[in-house]
Amino acid sequence: MSRNPYVREIPKFRWFFRHPRYLRYMAREFTCIFIGAYTLLLVAGLSSLSQGPAAYQGFLDWLASPASIVFHVLAFGFSLYHSVTWFNLTPKALPVQRGEEFVPDSVISGAHYAGWGLLSLVVLVLAGAF
Amino acid sequence: MSERQVALEVLRYNPETDREPRLQRYSVTCREEWVVLDALNHIKESVDPTLSYRWSCHMAVCGSCGMMINGEPKLACKSFLRDYEGVIRVEPLMHFPIERDLVTVIDDFMAKLARVKPYLIPKQAKPVGEGEYRQTPAELKKFKQFTLCINCMLCYAACPEYGIIPKFIGPAAISLAHRYNQDSRDGGRDQRQEEIAATEGVWECSFTGACSEVCPEHVDPAAALQQVKIKSTVDWYRKHLMPWMEE
Repeated sequence: MSRNPYVREIPKFRWFFRHPRYLRYMAREFTCIFIGAYTLLLVAGLSSLSQGPAAYQGFLDWLASPASIVFHVLAFGFSLYHSVTWFNLTPKALPVQRGEEFVPDSVISGAHYAGWGLLSLVVLVLAGAF
Repeated sequence: MSERQVALEVLRYNPETDREPRLQRYSVTCREEWVVLDALNHIKESVDPTLSYRWSCHMAVCGSCGMMINGEPKLACKSFLRDYEGVIRVEPLMHFPIERDLVTVIDDFMAKLARVKPYLIPKQAKPVGEGEYRQTPAELKKFKQFTLCINCMLCYAACPEYGIIPKFIGPAAISLAHRYNQDSRDGGRDQRQEEIAATEGVWECSFTGACSEVCPEHVDPAAALQQVKIKSTVDWYRKHLMPWMEE
């Protein structure tokens, strides 16, 4: 009997429509673009600051524009989604065993949320929000 | 015992006569408590003896009957007909070549499994007379979950990375390597790292997490792979930033 295996073609791009779990994965990965874009925005702000008061004022004026506000709302939403989905995965990557038992998942991801909250508070204090 | 008529669409491929696979529909009278494997066995016994598929234990232990059921990687022995509506489509596991009908070519997985040395490599071999290698319950619990793998390959069928980059060692083999690396009696980590810490090892994994979602034994291969990534990263920092930590 001769062997003649049949190899099915795997779609290179359409695979993520096969199941909602792949779309959720793509959403998690895609949202990082907004975090990257926001980082570039901060760098642009620093760059304008180095070019003098007029340039920095121009940057501030742009921040107040409708396009900028739309971008900030989108970037904030996507960053939240990105961070929450990753924080919820941390117990898989960082299991902690105390004695015989593993620390519950909620404690591991909870510690990440607490760290996130604390750092955000420090940034707000440094920015003079209080 | 109630019975009902169930239609199954099964992917058929005869390597001797077919140029490509085709779907064949069977309508069978099934009992309420039957699983997909029971329906396939009924077809083979009473309707079409040429239908080929793998199975053995019928109790989700042997890992032989993995197949795509309505597009989802499943064990046919664990998929109850009553959980499906309409025509049930049964295809061979994704990402593997088809040998015949629902039988896939699994040589690639078997070779990868051998490469990661999924067995105890004692730190220091000792004669049987010196007694057993002892382990505390906590040391056992550290890796127990990863011992539950039955090599059914559903995770490979779910993993998009494996589909696109077939060189990827993949979820089950790396999880098993991790299982032995985590074992207090084992000393073979350096040998396994050559395979699993390579690009074709964990670094092809993008943490889609599909492997863990489809795993019938709740091994959570995605967790194993992320843990290997972290440990391999620590290795790298130790080697390059803290060379004095190297033995």
